[in-house]
Amino acid sequence: MNLKQVQKTLDATILSTTPWEDVDVHSACGCDLMSDVLAFVKDQGMLLTGLVNPQVIRTAEMMDIRVIAFVRGKVPSQDILDLAQSMDMIVMTTSYPLYTACGMLYEQGLPGNVRKEQP
Amino acid sequence: MNNNIITLHYDIDGTNFTIAGQASSNIKKVLKQLGVDPAIIRRTAISMYEGEINTVIHGKGGVADIYISPDQIRIVFTDHGPGIADIEKAMQEGFSTASAEARELGFGAGMGLPNMKKYADALNIESTPGEGTTVELIINIHS
Ligand SMILES: Nc1ncnc2c1ncn2[C@@H]1O[C@H](COP(=O)(O)OP(=O)(O)OP(=O)(O)O)[C@@H](O)[C@H]1O
Ligand SMILES: [Mg+2]
Repeated sequence: MNLKQVQKTLDATILSTTPWEDVDVHSACGCDLMSDVLAFVKDQGMLLTGLVNPQVIRTAEMMDIRVIAFVRGKVPSQDILDLAQSMDMIVMTTSYPLYTACGMLYEQGLPGNVRKEQP
Repeated sequence: MNNNIITLHYDIDGTNFTIAGQASSNIKKVLKQLGVDPAIIRRTAISMYEGEINTVIHGKGGVADIYISPDQIRIVFTDHGPGIADIEKAMQEGFSTASAEARELGFGAGMGLPNMKKYADALNIESTPGEGTTVELIINIHS
């Protein structure tokens, strides 16, 4: 899915200055637990999270995730944005809560990127 | 082969949770510059970052020594924190003694050590309660 469609779907504000309009994402993951992102996320898609701190950016960096959407209208501080920016990440904020934001993207055809766990 | 080893050393600050991850970030860049296979870089970055976070949030800070040779990446974290009383228990998915502060940052699911075991080719932990912990990670470049 093109990021323009993501941005439109989430009615998101792009906070970074990295060029984004030609970027595509093929999967996404919604998570507030960085441990879980590190443990379960399979491929480099987009991360939606309600957690705002520099470790979100670090986690994305280790996972090669380039696109981060902060939900519930959360706006990261400038130092967090600068860190993301230094790695050419694309950061956006949406006022939708996590569940809704993920649901809207899923409905538009963006699949999850977390493998199904055995019970 | 020994003359081909790159050695790197990092001090890991145990008082500032927010800057944790810098050593892993640097190693990731170094491996990229060395032209290491992206899949190996990713496995190294994830397991090293888990180890670095543990050194900060559980070990109260320490050091990381990294040895990169043409066939393997060896990462050793050493701290003088509380140590691990029962390593087998600590290795279980979901076991965590993480503080409220660490949980607020998104950690404390008890997934770090199992994850390190999954992504590294070898994980060795030595720990003495009250004295500290040494965690060694080995990732083979040519397996
Ligand atoms: N360096 C260390 N010093 C002391 N205790 C440690 C150290 N590393 C791990 N532990 C102990 O092992 C437990 C399990 O570690 P693990 O990394 O698997 O989970 P976690 O750090 O608690 O949560 P997560 O990694 O999912 O954020 C920790 O909660 C802690 O009790
Ligand atoms: Mg951990």
